[in-house]
Amino acid sequence: MIRVLFLAQLREQLGTAELQVVDEGVDSILALQQHLVTAHPQWEQFLSNNKLLVAVNHEYAKTNVVIKSGDEVAFFPPVTGG
Amino acid sequence: MSFSITVQTQDFDVGREYAELIAGDTSAGAVVFFVGRVRDMNHARDVSGMSLEHYPGMTENVLQKILNEAKKRWELIAARIVHRVGELHVGDQIVFVGVTSAHREHAFQAAEFLMDFLKTQAPFWKKEVTSQGVVWVEENVKDVVAIRRW
Repeated sequence: MIRVLFLAQLREQLGTAELQVVDEGVDSILALQQHLVTAHPQWEQFLSNNKLLVAVNHEYAKTNVVIKSGDEVAFFPPVTGG
Repeated sequence: MSFSITVQTQDFDVGREYAELIAGDTSAGAVVFFVGRVRDMNHARDVSGMSLEHYPGMTENVLQKILNEAKKRWELIAARIVHRVGELHVGDQIVFVGVTSAHREHAFQAAEFLMDFLKTQAPFWKKEVTSQGVVWVEENVKDVVAIRRW
C-alpha cells in the first residue's frame, strides 16, 4: 500500500486528506496520478495542475520517481510560509 | 543548541532567542536575525488573521537541509529557525531566523539565504482571513526569483 496525502488548498479542492492505494502497477508518481484520476475523474483538473508539488517520504520528487509499497506520497500547492 | 529548528504554535520571545543564540560563545562578532510578522494588507485585501498549515516531518526535514546548506556556504557559529503554525492575528510574529558568525557578511548573507529558501521550499501554507472571505495565499513570483541569486 502507498499512503497518499493531499495538503492545504488541494485537500479542500479534492475533499480528501488521505487515502491508501494498492501499489499493484503503481510504480511511479505519474502512474499514481493516472490511477487517482481514473478512480476520481473529477480530480483531474486539480491533479493536472503543473504547479503542484510532490514529495515522496518527505523529500521533493519528480513525477518519474519510482515509488513502492510503504511509501508516503504527498501532493500539495506551491508553499507560502515565512 | 548551536543549530536548531522548531515548529510551534506558541509565540516566541525574540530576546530569549537572541540570548540563546549567542550563549556561551564569544567568537561570534556578528549576529543577524529576521522576524516575519502577519501584516494587515496583502494584495489590496484587508487581512485580520491567518491560519498556517504545514507538513509535519517534511517541514523539519527541509529546514534542516536548508540549514546544512547554509553551514556549507558560510562560516556560521550558530543558527536558529523558529516557525509558527496554527491561528495567527495581525501583528503576530510568524518566523524567526537568527544567524551568528565571526563576520557580518556571512551572517547577513546566510540569514537572507535561509529566508529565501524557507519561503520557497519549506512546506508551509497560509490561509488569510480577509474582508472578502478566507483565501489561500498564492505563491509570490518575487520569492521564486529571489532564490536564483544563490
